[in-house]
Amino acid sequence: MSTSTETIEQLATREYKHGFFTDVEQETIPRGLSEDVIRMISAKKQEPEWLLEWRLQAYRIWLTMREPSWGNIKYGPIDYQNIIYYAAPKQKKTLQSLDEVDPEIRRTFEKLGISLEEQKLLSGVAVDAVFDSVSVATTFKEKLAELGIIFCSFSEAVKNHPGLVRKYLGTVVPYSDNFFATLNSAVFSDGSFAYIPKGVRCPMELSTYFRINAKETGQFERTLIIAEEGSYVSYLEGCTAPMRDENQLHAAVVELVALDNATIKYSTVQNWYPGDKDGKGGIYNFVTKRGKCQGINSKITWTQVETGSAITWKYPGCILQGDNSIGEFYSVATTNNWQQADTGTKMIHLGKNTKSTIVSKGISAGHGQNTYRGLVKIAKGARSAHNYSQCDSLLIGDKCGAHTFPYLEIKNSTARVEHEASTSKIGEDQIFYCRQRGMSTEDAVNMIVSGFCREVFRQLPMEFAVEAQKLLSISLEGSVG
Amino acid sequence: MLKVRNLHARVAGREILRGIDLSMNRGEVHAIMGPNGSGKSTLARVLSGHPEYEVTDGEILFEGENLLEMEPEERARAGVFMAFQYPVEIPGVNNAYFLKAALNTMRRHRGEEELDAMEFMTLVRDRMKQLDVDETLLSRPVNEGFSGGEKKRNEIFQMAVLEPKLGVLDETDSGLDIDALKVVAHGVNAMRSADRSFLVVTHYQRLLNYIVPDFVHVLTDGRIVRSGSKELALELEEKGYGWLEEPVGSSKV
Repeated sequence: MSTSTETIEQLATREYKHGFFTDVEQETIPRGLSEDVIRMISAKKQEPEWLLEWRLQAYRIWLTMREPSWGNIKYGPIDYQNIIYYAAPKQKKTLQSLDEVDPEIRRTFEKLGISLEEQKLLSGVAVDAVFDSVSVATTFKEKLAELGIIFCSFSEAVKNHPGLVRKYLGTVVPYSDNFFATLNSAVFSDGSFAYIPKGVRCPMELSTYFRINAKETGQFERTLIIAEEGSYVSYLEGCTAPMRDENQLHAAVVELVALDNATIKYSTVQNWYPGDKDGKGGIYNFVTKRGKCQGINSKITWTQVETGSAITWKYPGCILQGDNSIGEFYSVATTNNWQQADTGTKMIHLGKNTKSTIVSKGISAGHGQNTYRGLVKIAKGARSAHNYSQCDSLLIGDKCGAHTFPYLEIKNSTARVEHEASTSKIGEDQIFYCRQRGMSTEDAVNMIVSGFCREVFRQLPMEFAVEAQKLLSISLEGSVG
Repeated sequence: MLKVRNLHARVAGREILRGIDLSMNRGEVHAIMGPNGSGKSTLARVLSGHPEYEVTDGEILFEGENLLEMEPEERARAGVFMAFQYPVEIPGVNNAYFLKAALNTMRRHRGEEELDAMEFMTLVRDRMKQLDVDETLLSRPVNEGFSGGEKKRNEIFQMAVLEPKLGVLDETDSGLDIDALKVVAHGVNAMRSADRSFLVVTHYQRLLNYIVPDFVHVLTDGRIVRSGSKELALELEEKGYGWLEEPVGSSKV
């Protein structure tokens, strides 16, 4: 095995492919957080008074909160006064078309393989590209507008659709929700907004690529998606970040609202910089994502493939308020080298005949620590609720760890709750079997791992599934020796 | 094509092979027989490069190349195929996908064009017919939920698709009923050619009624104690392995 170990080490030391830095003039505000900083952010974005008030209230609550410590993650203290809370690429005027986008920014996107032109011309995917904190370009807007679909940056939504934003903002994740969500509420810079009107089936996958670029700039995205009665939308979120030495904080909030008979599919591929092989650097990803199945027969599906970040802390959940509503969570989380993930979901059953499905696949390699943490809560009034949970862990090597913390709170005796869990080690015999058929160890591991994740990958839109599989194999490079 | 000289090997610190000498020419079928624990399967696994087995002495030349210096995948690409005694399950990985990946890896290393999905399916359908393999087997995960017979048949099916120069069958007959045994043997016989050799490892003579070997070697206590023609297998069937122990000396199995 020694020769193959060497090759693997070479692969492991290969540099993060998306680690480049774009030299764009940044418009930033001073480090640190105060009411003045929040007023400055709000003013720069020309926000209405009510939104500034909302931010300030969040900030005042945040000051009384303590950073949560229950996660199965270890990291040094975060200095919240040493973070720059707002950065935007300097722009001279409003952009009319893609051609006006800064060529440096365009090149960055192209390196990432998400050329807007290509996206626009070939893939039929509308891309709202978030470069650091401000949207630089939005495509396909007109086509969507014909159907009454609104898909724009959060700031634009505040300007052009203040009624909708005000009606739904904070209704799923209130500004007092938790330390990181509250911080986000105070300082969020931009994000995406989507509104699907009654009875409309969104004809394309809505997609956003987030990137963190400015050095030492925290990223605080805020996304709000509203699916009116009988509508359908599938939303894709993909993330990559360039290499940095300092750890960077990311605290995003995503809120989804599904009304009667509406369906929202939200898929994430998260590939932020995980830190180097010694655990130096990497993104701290503290995210609050929650969907509310507000209407009857509504459905929200979260699918996530988490391969990046030094620390992942997220629990995309569903509040199943409408009768017969359905919540689903499909997750693949990998931790390699010194990465840590504490992730899972919360399924809150309030309505009758509500149903939830949880499929979690955790893969740990290197010194990676992978925790599944999931809450299934069945309220008193939730008659005949049903949950099925399956949590599988795959270990590669003997220095990593897998942990499972399922929480069940059942207040209604008609509930049916099933939980299955398994932990397995990637088998030497499986790898040898593949090698005897001519495959390299790397190919063998990739094949075995993607087989392990199949149930989750099949939930992703086709092109995304392919990308996810590639990212997975990149993130596990050098994991077997 | 295969030359094994004074091969010593151990697993978990215990010496299993104690000086094997074996020479095979192209197109020949050799059977390795012997009682349980004699080292038959160890020999098969050492040939395929199983990482748990450590070679302590001797050499193996395959087509003039030093096999012991090659990684398992390099041996496979050079044309050594092992039909596993216990085929491994790979959950979630489609059998056809697995086989196509294997075949195209080999083709790439031979400098041949990779097969696309259509070409691959044409080849595979042809081999399935030969081996009486059910098409649903292709879409199921590799070996997962397969019956013992299906697993063994799948091994031979893979061999038929990958077309190795040397097929090593590690107790392929164990756990097979007579019908499955015939199918497996038929598959192997269909592949026999002047360029391809087989090393058939088996405990029972039964398989050799269907795959008729050119040579039979009896392994006891890590050494080949007798070699002969196919009649040797029949003799063993009649007398058991006990009578062969004398030439090697005192050790009991």
